[in-house]
Amino acid sequence: MRAVLRRAGSGLIVLWAAATAAYLALLAAPGDTVDSIIGDGADTPLIRSQIIQEWGLDRPAVVQYLDYLWRAAHGDLGRSYLLQRPVRDVIGEQLTPTLELAVAAAALGVLIALVLAVTTRRAWARRTSSTTELVLVSTPPFLIGIVLLSVFSFRFGWFPVSGDRGVAALILPAVTLALPIAGVLTQVLRDGLDRALSEPFAVTARSRGLAENAVLIRHALRHALLPAVTLTGWLFGVLLGGAVIVEQVFGRPGLGQVTLAAVNSKDMPVVLAVVVLSAFVYVLINTLADVVYLAIDPRLRRS
Amino acid sequence: MSALVEVEDLHVTFGDVQAVRGISFAVEPGECVAIVGESGSGKSVTARTLVGLAGPGAEVRAAALTLDGRDARGFAERDWRRVRGGFAGLVLQDALVSLDPLRSIGAEIGEVLREHQVDGEVVRLLADVHVPEPERRAKQYPHQLSGGLRQRALIASAIAASPPLLIADEPTTALDVTVQARILGLLGELKEAGRTLLLISHDLAVVAKLADRVLVMKDGQIVESGTAGMLRAGARHPYTKQLVAAAELHPRAATKRPSTGVVAEVRGFRKDYGRHTVARDVDLTVHRGEIVGLVGESGSGKTTVAHALFGLVEPTAGEITFEDGPWSGVPERRRRPRRRKLQLISQDPLSSFDPRWTVRRIVGEATGTPLPFLERVGLTADVLDRYPRQLSGGQRQRVAIARAIAPRPSLIVCDEPVSALDVSVQAQVLGLLAGIRAEDGTALLFISHDLAVIRHLADRVLVMKDGAVVEEGPVERVFAAPEHEYTRALLAAAPTLEVAAP
Repeated sequence: MRAVLRRAGSGLIVLWAAATAAYLALLAAPGDTVDSIIGDGADTPLIRSQIIQEWGLDRPAVVQYLDYLWRAAHGDLGRSYLLQRPVRDVIGEQLTPTLELAVAAAALGVLIALVLAVTTRRAWARRTSSTTELVLVSTPPFLIGIVLLSVFSFRFGWFPVSGDRGVAALILPAVTLALPIAGVLTQVLRDGLDRALSEPFAVTARSRGLAENAVLIRHALRHALLPAVTLTGWLFGVLLGGAVIVEQVFGRPGLGQVTLAAVNSKDMPVVLAVVVLSAFVYVLINTLADVVYLAIDPRLRRS
Repeated sequence: MSALVEVEDLHVTFGDVQAVRGISFAVEPGECVAIVGESGSGKSVTARTLVGLAGPGAEVRAAALTLDGRDARGFAERDWRRVRGGFAGLVLQDALVSLDPLRSIGAEIGEVLREHQVDGEVVRLLADVHVPEPERRAKQYPHQLSGGLRQRALIASAIAASPPLLIADEPTTALDVTVQARILGLLGELKEAGRTLLLISHDLAVVAKLADRVLVMKDGQIVESGTAGMLRAGARHPYTKQLVAAAELHPRAATKRPSTGVVAEVRGFRKDYGRHTVARDVDLTVHRGEIVGLVGESGSGKTTVAHALFGLVEPTAGEITFEDGPWSGVPERRRRPRRRKLQLISQDPLSSFDPRWTVRRIVGEATGTPLPFLERVGLTADVLDRYPRQLSGGQRQRVAIARAIAPRPSLIVCDEPVSALDVSVQAQVLGLLAGIRAEDGTALLFISHDLAVIRHLADRVLVMKDGAVVEEGPVERVFAAPEHEYTRALLAAAPTLEVAAP
């Protein structure tokens, strides 16, 4: 119970730190906030003073910061300068397609890695798979996306070229993101399996009359999962960075597109919201990883 | 009755390495056969070949390899799987790593029952090997059990499918001496119940009590065989003689009274971690040129005392002096000038050397001229440019000794310095240490769980249990007339060849 509280407490601190860092970056960024809000609209002294009035920009920086924190804590992430709509709505409607993409890619990547690591135990299969993994890991995702697009969409016409309608439109983007993930995870899992199979307990398991596959799945795989779980933080980074690119390549709506547009037009409330959301998901995923650790390894549980 | 296992002219090779070179032996039902030899002698490979687990890349040839009346030479994987667990159970060394650490021991034992489709209860099996509270223990994981209980659980899993043969490869090597005695008792019980045993060990004394016959292996061949008593009375092969010598408690030839003066003194030492006390009221004095033995089982606090002597652990109470000055409770900069006077020889030098350093650099760190010190410990100039992993276990320990004596210390703490060595090398290293004391007048604090080694080397011995010194005195007196009950138990539990004498 105390561990859970400590966990939640440190999560909150991470969130606060992310929000504050992003806020400071906003303050330090060149250019006037009023200019960003006006954008291409009419620019008169009257409008400027109205904007300052409306957004409370004449208050001291500390008060603005505290006000921002207070509202963020209540789920109010402010209004987009560019779209003149609440940030929560903007993010809310773009979250689903990105979430679909991320979850599909992560699940697919993990699945491919598990299947490959377990099935390619023979020397020749291992060499082939290992080489492929290295190629996938070292290829930038946008290139994988473009290749997949030109082969399966333009050449064969099996999948739509862009958009987010239906499962068919999800497949190519998800595969694009999943392949590099699968590449790294397979290598980590295979290494873990090798280690576990050379441990004395694997000899004991074999000496019980277990088939090699049973030793692999029932004993070695859990040991191999431990280092793989450590990579979940990295996995999240790949998904976040990859989503921006993949959404661009496949013309999918989503947070990646929103973030890109917001950064380009200095729409800071949206950028801030994306940063805080990322930090939140990161904390969530790492907490989840810790729980998975406990589930896998009884030695980490406190008696 | 035909033999349970019959092996004739067995060869096992790994590439160019001939691990087993033409051995023949048979194991009759109900018999206990022991294979004794040092690491690399091929004893473990032989045992594993009997269950088809010689290892990846192993090539097995034999004129005959008969298991339970069936020719195993043409066995397919399916046949071997029936042999494993069904005909022969295998017990390996340390159950902490030989049982899957991520699975409960109940799951591990249940796995055997399911695999061989035999009726049986995990709880019953645990009770059979005398695990108390079997219902509770079955749900626990290896790391939650003591070494002895873990080893019992491992044995329970090996005999779960009632195999007629039980192969135990160094089953007690990782255990304390009193626990070892109990596990050997359990194996004896299993033998009484009609099970056939094949024991593998590096220590003749461990198997002497149980084994009907002992096969002595060296360099892949059986060099001698017979009962333990026969081997003791008239060993012909020089290696067997070494084994016998190592197994018997050898009293020291001459006791030279050390010179006077105190090198290090520990007074009323106590160490607490939270509410847990790991050492209390420890008094320990080491005189110049004296060899003091510190005996105790794991968890007795002997390592904590050693760490305190090194200044790695600050005492909760009590004080330590070294080289005529305070050693505990002073800042490190006041200790540093005297650090060279205090050296360490650890159990596993491989992990205490930087693997990327050559011997020249390792010993050179302590002295500008490493060669004379290497020559003193019986090494030659050709090891200078080798890396630790390119040396044998005995050579590594010699390098560790060379490094320790190079700064001319007044005290060397030896933490189980020969426990990882083969018996033939053990005697040489012990001789070397005795020689260094005699020539340099260096005092040694010798920490060991091996009573024979202590008796061989030490002038005075301290026995520790649960963080306290329970007995202290000259070696001859303590071994001949132990006063504390625990010392008596330790001495009784230590395996000797004498019990096996007919």
